[in-house]
Amino acid sequence: MTDKKNPFPGEDNTGHIWDDNLRELNNPPPRWWMISLWASIAFFFAYGFIYPMYPLITDATAGLTGWTSIGEYKEGLAELDKIRKPFEDKIKKKTSKEILTDKDLSKYVEASGKVLFGDNCAACHGTGGAGGPDYPILADDDWLYGGNIETIEQTITNGRKGIMTAHGKMLKEDEIMTLSSYVVGLSNSKKNEAGAKLFQEKACFACHGADAKGMTVLGSANLTDGIWRFGNGTIDDVKQTISHGVNDVSDKKTRMAEMPRFKDRLSKDDIKKLAVYVHMFGGGK
Amino acid sequence: MTKITDNNKTIEEIYADVHEVHINTGEQKIFTKRIAGKFRKLKWLASSIWLLFFFGSYLRWGDRQAVLFDIPNRQFHIFELTILPQDFWILALLLLFFAILLAVVTALAGRVYCGFFCFQTIWTDIFTLIETKIEGNPSQQKKLANASFSFKKFYKLSLKYFLWLIISIFTGISFVAWFYDVYILWSDVFLLNLGTASFTTIALFTVGTFILAGFMREQTCFWLCPYARIQAVMVDKNSIVPSYDVLRGEPRGRLKKGDLVEGNGHCIECKQCIAVCPTGVDIRAGQQEGCIMCALCIDACDEIMQKIGKPTGLIKYDSWEGIMGHDEVPILKRARFWVYNLVLLLSIFGIIYGLSSQDALELKVLHARQPLYVLQSDGSIQNRYTLKILNKKTKDIYVDVRVDSDILKDLKIKGEIKNIKAEAGRVTSTTVFVSTDKKNLTQKSTDIKFSIIEVNTKKTATEMMKSFRKSIFLGKVN
Repeated sequence: MTDKKNPFPGEDNTGHIWDDNLRELNNPPPRWWMISLWASIAFFFAYGFIYPMYPLITDATAGLTGWTSIGEYKEGLAELDKIRKPFEDKIKKKTSKEILTDKDLSKYVEASGKVLFGDNCAACHGTGGAGGPDYPILADDDWLYGGNIETIEQTITNGRKGIMTAHGKMLKEDEIMTLSSYVVGLSNSKKNEAGAKLFQEKACFACHGADAKGMTVLGSANLTDGIWRFGNGTIDDVKQTISHGVNDVSDKKTRMAEMPRFKDRLSKDDIKKLAVYVHMFGGGK
Repeated sequence: MTKITDNNKTIEEIYADVHEVHINTGEQKIFTKRIAGKFRKLKWLASSIWLLFFFGSYLRWGDRQAVLFDIPNRQFHIFELTILPQDFWILALLLLFFAILLAVVTALAGRVYCGFFCFQTIWTDIFTLIETKIEGNPSQQKKLANASFSFKKFYKLSLKYFLWLIISIFTGISFVAWFYDVYILWSDVFLLNLGTASFTTIALFTVGTFILAGFMREQTCFWLCPYARIQAVMVDKNSIVPSYDVLRGEPRGRLKKGDLVEGNGHCIECKQCIAVCPTGVDIRAGQQEGCIMCALCIDACDEIMQKIGKPTGLIKYDSWEGIMGHDEVPILKRARFWVYNLVLLLSIFGIIYGLSSQDALELKVLHARQPLYVLQSDGSIQNRYTLKILNKKTKDIYVDVRVDSDILKDLKIKGEIKNIKAEAGRVTSTTVFVSTDKKNLTQKSTDIKFSIIEVNTKKTATEMMKSFRKSIFLGKVN
């Protein structure tokens, strides 16, 4: 395609000519553009010397500055720890109750406890302590073992495992039915004399109390309010609980409910933080 | 010139056209001749607005800088006003205002911004002024550029670069001064105590100014600036822009014995319009993207016309329709004029509304998402809210929180609600719980209103700062 003699002299074409008169003109990119291109290539190599880049067999070149992203991350973390340190130091020295009444510290826990709660508690109890199917709500003021800060801390530390005997073999079917409708009616303030009588006769009060409001020492449920530990408070739900009990190993259909202990998994300070965090959901006493 | 499009060109004609188009991609340095005249004066006047950029930051307002964009503290101070991040939509409207102002001015009168106000044009102008003072007129400049190295050349170049550098550094410092107290900044500069951000910004601006105004010049307008390209769709046949009167000027030809040749137009091929052009384009080729519409060629041409005894205005501010002797579409009949001005008006009203409705105290309410509501053992329903109290004043104040509703009369509120310290210029957040008996609820979602009221016994009820915010109370209805 290239002719020795260019038939179109002085035109600044590249010498590539097709079909007699179609030729390619030489229009190079602007000079500054070419300078930028070479500068960016130079930058590539310079960057590789300043920062870790070129791979070796088991490693990579370290770079002149010695910078690494993990190093930067650790520096950032150290900076964060520095900001947290005064708070963490205070938390170490104080009891959970003192933390709760300290305005600054409780704000700190409200912000930082979220991660702890998310990692350890939210899987069962839900974000914000909303509870889940058959897992207790933490945002309400109905507590099986008591809702003051010390008790909450103790619950997290040692865990809880309540027991209710399965009554399926001890009671007749119609007795279970009467008791169930009595219990459901309690939270609606319905009168049920037969149920009340049976509640006394069968010694339900031994655990749930004479007023059916539960005993925090035993962790027995308050039957008079509208909050249900298992199910949604239908008669069938209650029948199930009475018949098969809770954590009763003799009954295969028993309701399983166990709060694991966290003293082996979390530090004392983290447990204090969690107790304060849970208390601040709005149900703490 | 009269043919705008021609689809019947032969290949050779197309090649000939291409050959005529000369594009300077930086291989050719433009030596600009400086010329006095009406538009030169106008240009100085317009450029002087940049003195504000250099010296405006030294103004004080009370105990602080009058205009300070305090990024670390997220506060913009403009005289009496303090704008916090929450009010940033006002800034967006301000940007919209200027963008549309640019569009409307360009539609009517071409690239007025490019020619008279743009920093690239003005800094280049100052740099070429220094170049001319040191190295002489364009032919002397060319001679010096081609001369072999000598002490004289070294001295002249060093002096030029030194002055450019001083201006560049001063530009960088003046820019940073809007974001950092200017007096502290100068003491930092002299004590070599600049922070990383300040130092980097000043260095970038210094290098940028030095290269862009010193070396890239018209190349910046040609290849870097997006506005140069955008303007092509903003200017139309009715826009009044510096134009060559082609009907009067053509056919062009040199003077013979001091007189126009019979049959020739008024253009005498003196090429003064090209000589004074800062971007080195030929206005006689018609409107083109390289033209920044600075109107200096009008000054140059008028001077020549006076010398040869012809009326001035061979190059003048006129529209394409005007040059061609057609009637222009009146401004009021152009759709663009109305659309642009409508947007302008809307943004102005938005800004005025934003500035006048700025409350010193603002309340935001976030309803907890999980759980949405909680049944309590006494049969009440409880909702959790996070209140964000923004105090835009420069002093801390104390507020009380209240909640009320037209429908739910017995709302109970607990949590931190009394004497909350709202820190100056900051958002203070607090958590509150609102509850009511389940029986009172008639609907899933009920409107409620939170209000915060300043606690101050010295003030009367009307003087106390307050703010309110609507929210909802959620619950289950049986």
